[in-house]
Amino acid sequence: MMPLLTTKGLSRNFGGLRAVDGVDFALMPGEIRAIIGPNGAGKTTFVSLLSGRIRPSSGIVVFDGADITTMPAYQRVRLGVAYTFQITSVFANLTAFDNVALPVQRTLTDGRSKGQVRSGVMAALERTGLADRAGTLAGQLSYGHQRLLEVAMGLALKPRLLILDEPTQGLADSEIDNFITLVREIARDATVLLIEHNMPVVMQLADRITVFNFGRILAEGTPEQIRANAEVQGAYLGATHD
Amino acid sequence: MRDASPAKTYALHIGVIALLFALNFVLPDYHQGLFARIMALAVFAMGYNLLFGYVGLLSLGHAMFFSAGLYGAGLTVYHLGWGVPEAFIAGVACGALLALIVGLLALRTAGVAFMIVTMMFAQVFYLLILYFATWTGGDQGLVIQQASRVFSIGGTSFDLTDPTVRYMSALALFAIVLLVTLAVVRSRFGRVLVAIRENEERTKMLGYDTVANKLAAVVASGAICAASGAAYALLFGYVGSNFASIQYSILPLLWVLLGGAAATLGPLIGTLFMYYVTDITSGFTSAYLLIVGVALILLVLFAPKGIMGSIRERWLRWLT
Ligand SMILES: Nc1ncnc2c1ncn2[C@@H]1O[C@H](COP(=O)(O)OP(=O)(O)OP(=O)(O)O)[C@@H](O)[C@H]1O
Ligand SMILES: [Mg+2]
Repeated sequence: MMPLLTTKGLSRNFGGLRAVDGVDFALMPGEIRAIIGPNGAGKTTFVSLLSGRIRPSSGIVVFDGADITTMPAYQRVRLGVAYTFQITSVFANLTAFDNVALPVQRTLTDGRSKGQVRSGVMAALERTGLADRAGTLAGQLSYGHQRLLEVAMGLALKPRLLILDEPTQGLADSEIDNFITLVREIARDATVLLIEHNMPVVMQLADRITVFNFGRILAEGTPEQIRANAEVQGAYLGATHD
Repeated sequence: MRDASPAKTYALHIGVIALLFALNFVLPDYHQGLFARIMALAVFAMGYNLLFGYVGLLSLGHAMFFSAGLYGAGLTVYHLGWGVPEAFIAGVACGALLALIVGLLALRTAGVAFMIVTMMFAQVFYLLILYFATWTGGDQGLVIQQASRVFSIGGTSFDLTDPTVRYMSALALFAIVLLVTLAVVRSRFGRVLVAIRENEERTKMLGYDTVANKLAAVVASGAICAASGAAYALLFGYVGSNFASIQYSILPLLWVLLGGAAATLGPLIGTLFMYYVTDITSGFTSAYLLIVGVALILLVLFAPKGIMGSIRERWLRWLT
């Protein structure tokens, strides 16, 4: 099977800092992949290179067989690469409805979905449990609900690859259970790349785990393999986090 | 939710148009003339508001779009003997084309740089008008004779120097632009423009080519402002370089701030308010600009969202 996404020698420097350093990475269609690693390991920078939010210093990104390294972010989104922000970045002054209407009308314009904006929006809000908040300004939602709104916006883009950057940060335990169900559901028709610090979430969801450290891939494998990996223990799992 | 009461919103806008229509028959001559002028200039403010209020782009050069329409219409009538409708279309086309060129160049910048770049372009435009004084009349301007301002549609003849024809023509343009901008800001395109204003980076990550959308907004804004300029030339029979000066770039900003940015009725209210404050105060003091300034400061202090913005916040929450 051909990978949905691959990177070769992908690097990004910030001044002298090698935030992402020669990463070779492959993601199979349909999998749920978790990326873990200590703070500052380069996880967000890495997925930003995939989504096109920032440009690589060197290396290439291939999506579905096509080199997209120089493609602007908005075109990657239309190809099906959706990114939800680590730092909540919903439109605070717009209603939850309008926040989700933006990605919905995008897929309608691109012909990637059919129907009306309203029904598309309500479907995405219902999947994330926000339907009764449709008319609330996003900035007035609780932090956890803003995180869910990010996810709703991401899935409203009808992505083939959904990149979630620490989606459970700030969610209550009950919300996390719903979230796990939601991601499993999304993964039925999309590939999911999930950056996550919450290890129970990672262990429950991920088919495979990639561990980042100092901008490089330290280890990769099934949840069992990663749990058993001594190096990972040293770099990350052993260290107390949060 | 945005569609909570579209019917109410449209009813209010149509009510305002109907009120303006009725005013034609009750206003004394002087005020009838003033209102025609205000409606024509409110179109300028609406064009400005589309870019400033909805996209969040602050231009200091919109006088060039207004005067592109003014001269596009005025010069084709004056030198080429074009009819009123053709000249009006020429004016709008000039504004749209100029906006396309300026937009392509100026949108490489943002924030303060955008303000400065648009101001520079407007200054160049102003100097070009003075430079080509042989055709433009320079700072003297040109007067368009009554004979050139008469036109007929379907056998009916309209004389734009007639106060009622002038008032109704200004109202027609105002009404069309008001309803079009209302439809635009409520459309999918309008939603994207607001999203760009709120968070451009995020909008890109939802698959939008924000530069192309901003360019479309600049062209739409330029065309509307040019329509106002073209109408002004044809209705009032005068084109002059002062309309291309920096003052006419700042005026629409003031009107919009006063009336309320990102409110479709804001531009009308702001233009109306400012015109009458100027008119009334200049009647009894030569320091009327000072009073206008004070009024502006008070408004910005006590109603920072403008008149319509504050009304909407307090009483008309459903209003777009
Ligand atoms: N725009 C930037 N300019 C300069 N340095 C940056 C920039 N973005 C990230 N960095 C640096 O690059 C390194 C990797 O950051 P990144 O945000 O990718 O880490 P992360 O793995 O996502 O961390 P966290 O778990 O805290 O989210 C950090 O040292 C960070 O300070
Ligand atoms: Mg991060």
